[in-house]
Amino acid sequence: MDYPTPSISHLSRKPYVNYVYDAAEDTFLFMDALQNDAILPLICIEVGSGSGAIISFISKILGPECYYMATDINPIAANCTIDTAKLNEMPQCEVIITDLVSGLKDRLTGNVDVILFNPPYVVTPSKEISGNGIEASWAGGENGREVMDRLFTIVPQLLSPSGLFYLVAIKENYPDEIIKTMKMVGLSGEIILSRKAGRENLFILRFDKENSLS
Amino acid sequence: MRLLTHNMLTSHVKGAESGYPLILEAAEVILRNVDFNPEFIKRMLSKVNWDVLYQTAKAIGHLNDIPEQLQPNVENDEEFLRKAHHVLLEVEVKEGHLICPTSKKKFQISNGIPNMLLGEESSS
Repeated sequence: MDYPTPSISHLSRKPYVNYVYDAAEDTFLFMDALQNDAILPLICIEVGSGSGAIISFISKILGPECYYMATDINPIAANCTIDTAKLNEMPQCEVIITDLVSGLKDRLTGNVDVILFNPPYVVTPSKEISGNGIEASWAGGENGREVMDRLFTIVPQLLSPSGLFYLVAIKENYPDEIIKTMKMVGLSGEIILSRKAGRENLFILRFDKENSLS
Repeated sequence: MRLLTHNMLTSHVKGAESGYPLILEAAEVILRNVDFNPEFIKRMLSKVNWDVLYQTAKAIGHLNDIPEQLQPNVENDEEFLRKAHHVLLEVEVKEGHLICPTSKKKFQISNGIPNMLLGEESSS
């Protein structure tokens, strides 16, 4: 079944234009992967929600049975996520300005059913990843992995026994190596979708806890 | 920020022994209409720290008659589930502050969004 793409026309206007990364091919590939999976989660978190297109989209799939929380380190992006949620009549979307999942991980340990992350994956010099403006939406440091690697160590603690972790990555991030790394912390993963978009080879990776594999 | 979200948030100031629960100061509260979904509330209750919910709702004056202690067998008590629904999802703090219980650091809530950044990100 196809779900409608959320309205995000406000992204091309003030105050968001130039401050929030607009939905692009990576976002659309992420949507395609999500609508292929049917799950019944209670708590869903998007890390680095940016425009808010993905969290709004998944709420159409999972419906009002789920509590949605989104985080972003960029305050303008956080406000944009709220506006996108409202524009798309999303039942409840809570947004928190924070670094990855800081402030959420203590109480939510073992309780998050879906974690979504379209990280800053572009390969850049390490020094470019320290900001919290629009550069935080793409600057990924060495191998484009420096920000996502920090979340990888936390994901196994956050996920519920049947929880799923979805990640966007590009070829330069070495997706196969990400899958190997996650295996060592108890998560089993696979590439569920890939697409070439201009110069980018995009991948959607999905992970779950190995003991819950059917 | 809804009280359910407050229930899940912890301060992560370095060196603070316990960052939970955050003290909530509400300058502006709005009440929303959210469709009542008893199944959702029943499933969510197991994740909620009830004592923190009760104390926080009381502190900001939106207790809505929820009981101080969570009673067993509430699954079929629609009146209770409706009250819990209201306190968890319909009370939204639009403007205010969250305060770390140990370090007393203040985190601003603006446009319903709490800002948990520490300035220089010295979190773990």
